[in-house]
Amino acid sequence: MKDNVRNFQGWLLFAPAAILLLAFTHYPTITTFLNSLYTNKSIIRPRRFSGIEGYESMLSDPIFWKVFANNMWLALGTIPTSIGLAIIMALIVNKAIPGRGLLRMAYFTPTMLPMIAVANIWLFFYAPEIGLIDQATSIFGFESTNWLGSPSTVLPSIMVMTVWKEAGFFMVFYLAGLQTISPELEEAAKLEGSSRWNYFWRVQYPLLLPTTLFVLINAFLNSFKLVDHLFVLTKGGPDNASNLILYYIYETAFAFLDVSYASALTIFLLVLLALTALAQFLFIEKRVHYR
Amino acid sequence: MSKFFKKLSYSLTVALGISMISGAAIAKTELTMYYPVAVGGALTQTVDAMVADFMSKNPDIEVNAIYSGNYDDTRIKALTALESGKPAQLSVMFSIDVHELRELDAIVPFDDLVSTSEEKAWLNSFYPSLMENGVAAGKTWGIPFQRSTIVMYYNKDAFREAGLDPETPPATWGGLIAAAKALTKDDGSQWGLMIPSTGYPYWMFGALAMQNGQTLMTSGDKTNFDHPDVIEALEVWKSFGEEHKIMPKGTIEWGTLRQNFLEGKTAMMWHSTGNLTTVKKKANFDFGVAMLPAGKRRGTPTGGGNFYIFKDTSDEERKASMKLIKFMTAPENSAKWSVATGYMGVSPDAYETDTLKSYVASFPPAAVARDQLKYATAEFSTYQTSRVKKGLNDAIQATLVGSKTAKEALTDAQAAAERILKPYR
Amino acid sequence: MTYKNRFTSSLELMGAYILAAFWVLPLLYAFWAAFHYSNDAIHFNIFSPLTLDNFREAWSQAPFLRYGLNTFLLVSFILPGQLLISTLAAYAFVRFKFSGANVAFALVLVQLMITPEILIVQNYVTLSKLGLVDTITGMGLPYVASAFCIFLLRQTFKSIPKELEDAAELEGCSTMGILWKVYVPLATPTFIAFSLVSVSHHWNNFLWPLIISNSVETRPLTVGLGIFGSPETGVDWSIMSAATLISVAPLLIAFLIFQKQFVQSFMQAGIK
Repeated sequence: MKDNVRNFQGWLLFAPAAILLLAFTHYPTITTFLNSLYTNKSIIRPRRFSGIEGYESMLSDPIFWKVFANNMWLALGTIPTSIGLAIIMALIVNKAIPGRGLLRMAYFTPTMLPMIAVANIWLFFYAPEIGLIDQATSIFGFESTNWLGSPSTVLPSIMVMTVWKEAGFFMVFYLAGLQTISPELEEAAKLEGSSRWNYFWRVQYPLLLPTTLFVLINAFLNSFKLVDHLFVLTKGGPDNASNLILYYIYETAFAFLDVSYASALTIFLLVLLALTALAQFLFIEKRVHYR
Repeated sequence: MSKFFKKLSYSLTVALGISMISGAAIAKTELTMYYPVAVGGALTQTVDAMVADFMSKNPDIEVNAIYSGNYDDTRIKALTALESGKPAQLSVMFSIDVHELRELDAIVPFDDLVSTSEEKAWLNSFYPSLMENGVAAGKTWGIPFQRSTIVMYYNKDAFREAGLDPETPPATWGGLIAAAKALTKDDGSQWGLMIPSTGYPYWMFGALAMQNGQTLMTSGDKTNFDHPDVIEALEVWKSFGEEHKIMPKGTIEWGTLRQNFLEGKTAMMWHSTGNLTTVKKKANFDFGVAMLPAGKRRGTPTGGGNFYIFKDTSDEERKASMKLIKFMTAPENSAKWSVATGYMGVSPDAYETDTLKSYVASFPPAAVARDQLKYATAEFSTYQTSRVKKGLNDAIQATLVGSKTAKEALTDAQAAAERILKPYR
Repeated sequence: MTYKNRFTSSLELMGAYILAAFWVLPLLYAFWAAFHYSNDAIHFNIFSPLTLDNFREAWSQAPFLRYGLNTFLLVSFILPGQLLISTLAAYAFVRFKFSGANVAFALVLVQLMITPEILIVQNYVTLSKLGLVDTITGMGLPYVASAFCIFLLRQTFKSIPKELEDAAELEGCSTMGILWKVYVPLATPTFIAFSLVSVSHHWNNFLWPLIISNSVETRPLTVGLGIFGSPETGVDWSIMSAATLISVAPLLIAFLIFQKQFVQSFMQAGIK
């Protein structure tokens, strides 16, 4: 009896969250999957069951492979650099040095800016001829570079911007990690006469490993969710050289009005993220979540 | 007795009359319209002012005009609004959206809305080449509003400096290349020519293809991407950067191009005439506007936005929408709009108004877009336009950045377009 | 400290400052451009005249005040909703351990991975069925139940000693009374931490608001700025920069004033 009351109360308290989560996470996940199995309704063609046709056309769609590859390159190009910089920043800011507050603020500020505003500003950096970077390099006699207009430079340009935006954010996690390391360890290392470099590699780095794993996986998930800048900078061009999966989903659903194909693409993305989350679960969450 | 009846009928009439008047005041027709616009100046204010003017003259109609970004954004917004609870009754949308909107059964043809001979005359009062994109299946679905052609802006000071005659801009491809070579500086501080290849590459390409004697599509279900003349046109575009070195390699950003021109980083640019007023305001050098040069012939696509009326509307809303559209496209308003933006007057009558007459007299470039209309063709538009267009855009960019040849890229794009359009034939 | 050490540390210090300079450069550039005429903005002449015209222009071209209000309304709808719903849910998980709680919690965690950003297409369909397209409510609703917030609060609640709860019970506190008098006060730091993270996230969110908002009355700052920057004929750098600064100003100023709290909140939310 008491159990029943407890159960009832528990579910009652959980209900608001449960309803909203079901409505906006679980239900759409299922309908997305179902939609991917049907064709679109239009005047000339009624909706019909098409099974895995949508997925087949996805696999034979060169743009799909292109945006997938771009996403992977983006992750590969930004995450290690961001993490490296984040560690350096955290080490800097963790020490009592003059202007520490200012430095921390400078590193962290990009995190507080919306990506769309960041893209606006960086657009003027990258503009050929008249942009800041081209003006700076022209002083040294370099030729103008069409940063966002060449397939070879557009993704790296976006990577640089992304690193700028994210490093300070990751810094915070390392800062948190560093503060859990007991200061006595540093004292001991000093007494032993070990160099700073040694101390970092032998002590700090291993202790920061869980943080790194956490950041790594979250950064990876994030790299699929963040596409705002494409609306301003390149719209995915030139020739899809900077297009990303989520932006392609947006285009397909809202510009091409092809909900069926957009659903197939969404399912692909969901599976990819699920696998990543599974990896996260196996590596670290076990330790943290259910302590 | 009869006196009593008179009195009664009088008071009844008065009462009825009053209730009818107040009824009319309550039953204001409300219209929502989305529109895209150039943010060259505070142009949203120009539209808002015109709409306010309309409402003061038609107190029974309330118009809610919503600025919604570029053409793609506006179509997305208007269409999504239809599915949500707050639909729009009319909108200014891309002239090339006509097939897509029809397929969605979203719009009504104007032929069904005009009845009197006066209205039919109104439908025929616009420049025929501006009507082309609005016509499908023998009916007219769009009324021209913010319409443009591509024109060539050139820096007269730069022409003088390079020893070219600033009053005779190049009129052929050969002349264009020669002039651009003279204008391109070796140190990279000034290019001869820039043609934008982001945003609307297919539009610029429509001009080059036309100049080479071929249109990009023959109808809403048939594209000509792999036609030899079309392929050649793309090769010509690429050669500007590769072979002749008069234009930067890679793609050129639509959004920042005007700034490049204003900064003197390019002596000539191809751009929408919708830029004219802004360039006029901001240029601190002497500039000119010319028709696009001729390859085998002159040519440019028209461009810009048409008025559409949505199907999901009451008779009253349709009538009110028609009133608004007639007002916005009336010669005097079209003339004012043209002066404020650089977009074209949409009818010959607009150019007969004092407003535009005196403006053209004092600023001849304002007439170039209109004069060019006789060489103009419809803008690229098919069923599933957005997707077919993306294929073409990708092909153009792939060629310009050198990842495919013009022939490969356009053949691929044609094959993709065939797949998409086949079901519509 | 040896001479060599001092040398390396001052070298490091310089590196730290150079890095910081690079990090604030984009923002400084936006300031530079916003306060100069666009022709001057491109050329770096220190003596070119300053102007406020760009702000005036930007301000007159788009209703930023309304956009700002919309963003404010959006955030003030999402955050209290998140806090309320998550508190109840976390309390249910920690104190009631109702049957099926583990499965339920696993289902909650799914949202950490499948965030609403990814389900834009279907969520749009759902909201248009509910008639909530182009409303602030619709814009906020998919985010109101936050797995992250539930998770954070669950962790915090778990660390609260049982003795406190028992004492409150002895004093005659009801179930909800215990939540309100014992759990909530002790979880205040978590509430603050999550609030700052949530506000800065939703203040800056773009894709979903872009899709769901149709009119000036609902468009938040980010979307207004995005539309402002997608003209048909080109952008004016200086006006664009001014518009960008106007859009980021409220949050940026708040951050500059409370930066320590912001950073610490992000840290706290990250450790959990």
